[in-house]
Amino acid sequence: MNRISFNTKMLAMVLLLISVGGVYAGINGKSLYQHNCAACHGDGGKGGVGVPLGLESFQVTISDSYLFSTIRNGRPGRVMPAFKRMSDAQIDAIIKYVRRFVKSSKKSIRVTYSSKSIKGDIKAGAKIYKKNCAACHGANGEGGKGTGVTFSRPRDLPIIAPALANSGFLKSASDSMIKQTLVKGRKGTPMVSFLQKGLKMKDIDNVVAYIRSFEKLAAANEKKLLHDAKEKNLSPVIKVRSEYDLKTTVANLQKAVAASNYKLIRTQYLNQGLVEKGKENKKQVILYFCNFNQLNTALAIDPRVGLFLPCRLTVAETKDGVFIYAVNSSRLSQLYNNAELSKICGAMRVTYMAIIEEATL
Amino acid sequence: MRQKITKYLPLLALIGVFFMNSGFAQDLMMVRSKQAFPEAMTDLQNAIIKHGYKISRIQRVDIGLTKAKYKTDKYRVVFFGKQDEIEKISRDYPDIIAYLPLKISIFAEGEQTLIVGMNPEKLSEFYPQAGLQLYFKRWKHDYQSIFDGLVK
Repeated sequence: MNRISFNTKMLAMVLLLISVGGVYAGINGKSLYQHNCAACHGDGGKGGVGVPLGLESFQVTISDSYLFSTIRNGRPGRVMPAFKRMSDAQIDAIIKYVRRFVKSSKKSIRVTYSSKSIKGDIKAGAKIYKKNCAACHGANGEGGKGTGVTFSRPRDLPIIAPALANSGFLKSASDSMIKQTLVKGRKGTPMVSFLQKGLKMKDIDNVVAYIRSFEKLAAANEKKLLHDAKEKNLSPVIKVRSEYDLKTTVANLQKAVAASNYKLIRTQYLNQGLVEKGKENKKQVILYFCNFNQLNTALAIDPRVGLFLPCRLTVAETKDGVFIYAVNSSRLSQLYNNAELSKICGAMRVTYMAIIEEATL
Repeated sequence: MRQKITKYLPLLALIGVFFMNSGFAQDLMMVRSKQAFPEAMTDLQNAIIKHGYKISRIQRVDIGLTKAKYKTDKYRVVFFGKQDEIEKISRDYPDIIAYLPLKISIFAEGEQTLIVGMNPEKLSEFYPQAGLQLYFKRWKHDYQSIFDGLVK
């Protein structure tokens, strides 16, 4: 008994040591970056779906605390997820690694900013913002459309204007940092130096105060997103019973798809391609269809949208009758943290419902 | 005190092992391959087959877009599954049918390639039925293994 107990303890000790080693090995900025960030931000921070972290003009105007808060809180509704489960040490390691992307002639490119708020005239700032910033950052600070890489715009633009009315951004960026960005601009991006463009320091303070006033709007935006995400009772699937037999239901759907301005790509069995030809389950039929204009728009907003592709309805004959199934795009869109995409997915859900309704009338 | 520590040692070890393996899996699994699209596509297909799945179809999204006169880079969706699994699951749990077969999308980003899939464990939130959970866990494990193998 003692022997077994001793062995168990030894095994536990070994496992513990291995695990501690694993955690220790886990705090490796490069490895953490490659596993959690590189897919979007690119190797060496070249950018992609995410912003180019390796841009020198970006790095010289952001503080470590800005990066830390960005990783921790993400950008609600703007693709960048919040890494809530990462330890502080792991985030620090990523930051340290990201800082190595820029080989500056200066000893250190790291900047720190005061957390003091900058006072300014919000109304005056709003006027300046409307004239100089709204074209890129949106009339209400909603940011540019799309992600870093899209199919619909040239790839020589390295960055999409960030959303300023975003709780993640406002939590991360201090007034001083926003001011510095306005003063210096970001070389290599469309963000110019507004000091060089003729604004005075007082004007810039007013713009900072106006951007800070987005906090209420940002909180409301986040609340809406959380509310949408809380719709956990939304079924992951749209399921409608058809009063027709399977063959008629499929034919009706084909007509309804065409009538809704979609191109029917193909009709096939669910297990087609997985089983020998001729042995497919004829009681499970998939219709694939597409509207290429809609597809192009969706890809421009988020190139990761492949999970929805192509549009699809499935008809199955079960012991309880014939049913039509579709992925509930409103539910699935919650995976993307992309408010723009969620809107399109909401519309897609309505379209699916209309097609199904037409086919089952 | 020493006895107490010894008593809880196995539990501590298990917790440690859990955290050792825990990543920061998001709902979407995504990796960047340093390879150009054709090579990454070949690797993806080989990895899927190596994990015991059969590829049922490859949807050439870019071809459709190009034919419709839109500019696009290479973009494909790879559908795959295991015949017996798909048949059993779709028969016993027809509500999950819209999510079958499994799929992974792959698209070019300049000279590199991005590969994206929904974390199959997310399905357990949608479908909590006990009979499905082992499938979701294994799919997640397989996805992770496939994706890890593509990072080169």
